Amino acid sequence: MGEAQYNYKVVRQFAVMTVIWGIVGMLVGVVIAAQLAWPALNFDIPWLSYGRLRPLHTNAVIFAFGGSALFAASYYCVQRTSHVRLFGGRLAAFTFWGWQLVIVLAAITLPMGFTSAKEYAELEWPIDILIAVVWVSYAIVFFGTIATRKVKHIYVANWFFGAYILTIAILHIVNSAAVPVGLFKSYSAYAGVQDAMVQWWYGHNAVGFFLTAGFLGMMYYFIPKQAGRPVYSYRLSIVHFWALIFTYMWAGPHHLHYTALPDWAQSIGMVFSLILLAPSWGGMINGIMTLSGAWHKLRTDPILKFLIVSLSFYGMSTFEGPMMSIKTVNALSHYTDWTVGHVHSGALGWVAMISIGSIYYLLPRLFGRSEMHSVKAITLHFWITTIGIVLYIASMWIAGVMQGLMWRAVNEDGTLTYTFVESVKATYPYYVIRLAGGVLVLSGMVLMAWNMFRTIAAGKAVEGDIPPVAEGSGLEAPAHA
Amino acid sequence: MDINAVRAGITVAALITFLCIVAWAWSSRRRADFEAASRLPLEEDDAASPRGEDGK
Repeated sequence: MGEAQYNYKVVRQFAVMTVIWGIVGMLVGVVIAAQLAWPALNFDIPWLSYGRLRPLHTNAVIFAFGGSALFAASYYCVQRTSHVRLFGGRLAAFTFWGWQLVIVLAAITLPMGFTSAKEYAELEWPIDILIAVVWVSYAIVFFGTIATRKVKHIYVANWFFGAYILTIAILHIVNSAAVPVGLFKSYSAYAGVQDAMVQWWYGHNAVGFFLTAGFLGMMYYFIPKQAGRPVYSYRLSIVHFWALIFTYMWAGPHHLHYTALPDWAQSIGMVFSLILLAPSWGGMINGIMTLSGAWHKLRTDPILKFLIVSLSFYGMSTFEGPMMSIKTVNALSHYTDWTVGHVHSGALGWVAMISIGSIYYLLPRLFGRSEMHSVKAITLHFWITTIGIVLYIASMWIAGVMQGLMWRAVNEDGTLTYTFVESVKATYPYYVIRLAGGVLVLSGMVLMAWNMFRTIAAGKAVEGDIPPVAEGSGLEAPAHA
Repeated sequence: MDINAVRAGITVAALITFLCIVAWAWSSRRRADFEAASRLPLEEDDAASPRGEDGK
């Protein structure tokens, strides 16, 4: 396990934990979806109440499941496309154990009710400091690997991973600035509408850089690998990268339409959200067209199915998002379950599916097997997940539009046509359908765990040899190295 | 100077920077480099179980 081999150990650890945390996070999601249909399921136990489990669900699926997948994918990609062993062996191990500690602390403190009440940034200040330390270590490991690379170019996927790592560090540190008043309680460093704007500057860029740029990095590595073809247009990948970077920063105010935020800021948020459609679709087209000339592979290869269908969901949700940011559309959609449907079309359709496909790609390679224990089980997983997601987002669309229309309906004399509870009652069947969709997605993850453990049992942990750089390939080391 | 003039200037500078990036990316001189870079993931063989340890 010397310098002539890649560091697969940390990739392996994160890849396995991706599946484990996926099950945990989605299980909590299923529990709270059931609670919305049948509120008695909180059993009057405070730490099982919806308000405490909901942030546990979002933190677990975004940062534990998605985060572990991103660590695994970025560490694998950056080593292999740089032809060098991962920088900082102990530091890389620290990022794994540190990140797991953050997740465990979140799973303890959130149900206990400790929260800073900032969406997707609920963890209290001592955990925030740990996150910052782990994240800076992650940046050192990643950029250290880039700096010691043995090839001239920095592959485009590493640009996306690099942007995601750098931006999340800035977002987390700025938004988590707080005044502690005890070990488990702090107040935001910002007040009033400024606090709201900082929060959604963070929140939407977490979508843009964690849930988009990071997973686009995954897309730019694993789709060419699995399809056996280079990316469709390398120059398009550069242009849509910079377009995303320049545009996403401004989109946050669309979360604060019709609030105390100044009107001009809301309009800027809307305009930049509309512009975002172009670079988002640039990325989607680039990913899907990578398969041009090899479409037949999609018929037989379930991993490619996951990867390519994830891009279809990415395209759908990045069309829907700009539409929902238009103020008049937002007047209907905001505070309804349409938003929840939109988020899950992105989170399940795009983020989860591209992660699942990438982890299926990685597992046999990390455990010395030629393929997963059961390829048929991957195909089954794909169909269960797809049907589950469609049930989920279709029911939430219908529920959301219905809620928005019921809330705004007025009688001729100006009184409201419906009471709020009537809209809740009308939503009931859709909550049950959503729960069914969630159960399908969760059972797909359980199937994946079975497949993973069978693959691990039949294989053994391996390390990858670092190949010599072929002469004349145009990939020789940079002159200064 | 009015702070808003600075803000407008930064916005315009950002747009011009982006347009320069587009022009750079589309210039024909970059073609060979991009070609080489796009082959990076495919040039290294990470075929699962390279030594055929599981006999498949």
